[in-house]
Amino acid sequence: MASTAQIWAWLNEVPDPEIPVLSLVDLGIIRGVEASDAGVVIKVTPTYSGCPATSIINLDIETKLRAEGVKNLRLEPVIFPPWSTDWIKPEAHEKLRKYGIAPPKAGAPNCPRCGSAHTERLSQFGSTPCKSHYRCKECLEPFDAFKCL
Amino acid sequence: MFEFLLRMGDNTLVLGHRVSEWCGHSPVLEEDIALANISLDLIGQTRMWLGLAGEVEGQGRDADALAFRRDVWEFRNLLICERPNRDYGHTLMRQFLFDLWHHERLADLCLSDDAQVAGIAAKSVKEVDYHLERSKDLVIRLGDGTAQSHARMQDALEALWPYVGEMFLDDALDEAMEKAGVAPLPSAQRRRFEAGLSSTLARATLQRPEDDFAQKGGRNGEHTEDLGHLLAQMQFLQRAYPDARW
Repeated sequence: MASTAQIWAWLNEVPDPEIPVLSLVDLGIIRGVEASDAGVVIKVTPTYSGCPATSIINLDIETKLRAEGVKNLRLEPVIFPPWSTDWIKPEAHEKLRKYGIAPPKAGAPNCPRCGSAHTERLSQFGSTPCKSHYRCKECLEPFDAFKCL
Repeated sequence: MFEFLLRMGDNTLVLGHRVSEWCGHSPVLEEDIALANISLDLIGQTRMWLGLAGEVEGQGRDADALAFRRDVWEFRNLLICERPNRDYGHTLMRQFLFDLWHHERLADLCLSDDAQVAGIAAKSVKEVDYHLERSKDLVIRLGDGTAQSHARMQDALEALWPYVGEMFLDDALDEAMEKAGVAPLPSAQRRRFEAGLSSTLARATLQRPEDDFAQKGGRNGEHTEDLGHLLAQMQFLQRAYPDARW
């Protein structure tokens, strides 16, 4: 039987379907792993309640763990406490920046390309529910920024 | 409890569907994306409310069964949610009035004695916070915009005003929910709503209508003709091909 540490390590290899530089563990949406003789229970929380990636994420978790030989698997949705961008792992912030997405930050985000704080919001909503759209006033590049939630 | 959860979930379902009707038709790309995102949030919240309603009912109905297999008179949403989109100003004003009410309602429900209701409210209120920020901003910009945009926003406010009073009417179900510690009375929210409304309308240079006549009945299943047309489109697939799956 796989240990919980082993299962966490496997889940850390499952990329988020929309932001593949982050793993599901980086994103902070895996809320718990329980492993016993009866099977494995994974507690998953959605980022946004209507996020269309939720069902893909569940499928990806199941595919990965079944491939690693886990047999009795159950996914349990957890909505409380609600997901917060504070749960994104600190080391994931750097991965996001390199990928071109400004990590969540109170106030105006810094441009992920040139680092300037001189940015403006173009639209409150971006390409996915968790991001808004910005433009850098220094290098003039548009970019996505993680919303603080 | 089942009826209370339907009231919450049907509001977000019906308005979520209405807003989604703009998908691909909005005036600019950013607005199209914003409306699609808001619609997704509302449908996601519906899944939680109606999912819990199905569990509480215990008849084996899930959120999909409740959304797609009920007829008009079984819906418990506020009438404002089913009002047609009309022009963009009208859509935004409807969203603003609903968001202002919705935000206060969810903030109250975060303190519910029922842990599941409080959990859904806590998840939803973070999203609705964002919806309100946007709809308030746009109502101010268009109200205090050109003569044309101002006139349209004032028309929209007057056309929708008769559907606002219903948000704050108490009935026997509300009293039972209050007694059980699930939710405070809707009427208790009115003062906070009016305060938020007057500060936004002042900045938007819009006039609050004086006549407080209120259309009502949505929360008891008495709807306008528009809801039937909406359901005809939304439920078509599950009606024509029951149990169809992707």
